[in-house]
Amino acid sequence: MIRLHQVSKTFPGSTVPAVDRVSLEVPAGEICVLLGPSGCGKTTTMKMVNRLIEPSSGDILIDGRSTSDCDVTQLRRSIGYVIQQIGLFPNKTVEDNICIVPDILGWDRRKSRERAAELLDMVALEPGAFLHRYPRELSGGQQQRIGVLRAIAADPPVLLMDEPFGAIDPINRVIIQDEFLKMQAQIRKTILFVSHDIDEAVKMADRIAIFRDGRLVQYDTPDNILAHPASSFVSDFVGGDRTLKRLQLLTVRDAMLADPPRVRAADSLKQAVATMEEHGHQTIVLVGPRGRARGYVPLQAARGAAGTVGENHEALPTTIRPNEDLRTAVSTMFRHDVSWLACVDEDGMYLGYVTLRGITRLLSETYRDG
Amino acid sequence: MADGVRPMLMRLRRNGVHVGVFLLGAWAWAGGLLPGLLEQWDDIAFLGWQHVELVALSGGAAILVGVPLGILFTRPRFRRAGDIALQVLNVGATIPTLAVLALSMGLLGIGNGSAIFALFVASLLPIVANTMAGLRAVPPPLLEAARGMGLSTRHTLFQVELPNSLFVIYTGIRTALAINVGTVPLAFLIGGGGLGELIFTGIALNELGIMLAGAIPTALLAVLVDFIMAQLQFWTIPRGVNPLR
Repeated sequence: MIRLHQVSKTFPGSTVPAVDRVSLEVPAGEICVLLGPSGCGKTTTMKMVNRLIEPSSGDILIDGRSTSDCDVTQLRRSIGYVIQQIGLFPNKTVEDNICIVPDILGWDRRKSRERAAELLDMVALEPGAFLHRYPRELSGGQQQRIGVLRAIAADPPVLLMDEPFGAIDPINRVIIQDEFLKMQAQIRKTILFVSHDIDEAVKMADRIAIFRDGRLVQYDTPDNILAHPASSFVSDFVGGDRTLKRLQLLTVRDAMLADPPRVRAADSLKQAVATMEEHGHQTIVLVGPRGRARGYVPLQAARGAAGTVGENHEALPTTIRPNEDLRTAVSTMFRHDVSWLACVDEDGMYLGYVTLRGITRLLSETYRDG
Repeated sequence: MADGVRPMLMRLRRNGVHVGVFLLGAWAWAGGLLPGLLEQWDDIAFLGWQHVELVALSGGAAILVGVPLGILFTRPRFRRAGDIALQVLNVGATIPTLAVLALSMGLLGIGNGSAIFALFVASLLPIVANTMAGLRAVPPPLLEAARGMGLSTRHTLFQVELPNSLFVIYTGIRTALAINVGTVPLAFLIGGGGLGELIFTGIALNELGIMLAGAIPTALLAVLVDFIMAQLQFWTIPRGVNPLR
């Protein structure tokens, strides 16, 4: 857990504080993204945690212990640090770069080298191929993966990340972000993450802290920041399309109507119409004998027609998995010009459906409550 | 392709050198030069050893003093002193080595000591300058990463700063030794001994044999020292920061 209590920083020769009485608390195992325009104090705030910058006043506690009571090098060794420029040491191999902190902490060499190999495995870099390479022999994305591994090598409980993925091309950035989130699900570090990219913040954060001119203007979950910006500054900063951004915070499962009525191939169209009318549906999904989604029957086509569903159904234009985010769902709907999607699991079993109206209702719920 | 062409060129060049050396040797033997040189062998060996001693003592001392001095001048505490030192060194580097020798003689009198001191001063300049330049060129993100991870200043110096500036430091040492070896023959002029004795005697007596007996070993020594430095540079600098590998 990281706790900042009324922390301020005024640089020598300046009358305006760079960071002004910031208080926030990051619960253990969560990612807090410090977000704001350049010069808003977010990086200064982060660097005060490992005392690269000494606070002018206020107190910073890590797991209940004030950082000002710790020896500064010991403190830094117990906090992982990742910077945008990566800063791998070009004179050291990947292995030695990862093991820097374990080495200065005096870990057993074999243990630390084993750990390096394990860590490489975690980010899908083949240890045999990469351990003995030098940084200049790696791509930017690979270098930053090593940069992150180096920060967590000695298993520090707290991690500081200063725009870690800012210098990586957009395609690789998304991959590395996903990879990092997957890793974080396992290692559960308490992370302060500086960013100026709202999309990155929404994606990575459990909580977002928005800074302006050295002050913390809003500290909340991504969904609340997007749904209820505290000021016009925040709403301008998160952007006019902020509600659309909320789509990626929610999954299909959140908006899905589970276990809806369904029909089988042998059922007559008359039965299908009756079921639809009973539930007020415009369409119904046809499932196979084991429950796989096979097709669908629209109400209009079925009404008054004779025969079985098996002979008169239409193919599903596409399906979606419940763990996809709603942005993907809506995008899929627009692409196929439909207003609903059947949700299936990885075996193709029919789980439920999601509609555009359902998504709209879900997104607007928070506004109605407020 | 470049991989295939380079060794071939190098082999060609080496063969060319072999043939050249052989022809030169044949010509020297036939002209009576080589037998003449061999007559001087005792002198060559004695003065050659003196010569090597001059290089080793003055150059060695310059390295031992110059590198730590360069490190010291780049520490934050001595940053201002470092700026001034660099100015002084740049001015100092413009003084011809012969003048340095003369000044040294004025200071310490005739003899071995003043020769070694002058050579030491002349070699010190490029070593300090390059050590400072190398250390100052270490990319700031490396230093920030090192600091942020809790490396002590000593760790940072030995694990990050020095390895990453080693190539530039070596280049300074190489330049210094080249100047040093090239200046040693002049040390004779202030009573320092060395192969310069043969060269200047040969010139004074107009004896080509004696002169070459001094000149050829001097040249060979210069080539040898540079070769050793190049090998050191190649093998001792980590592969990740070695532009030669």
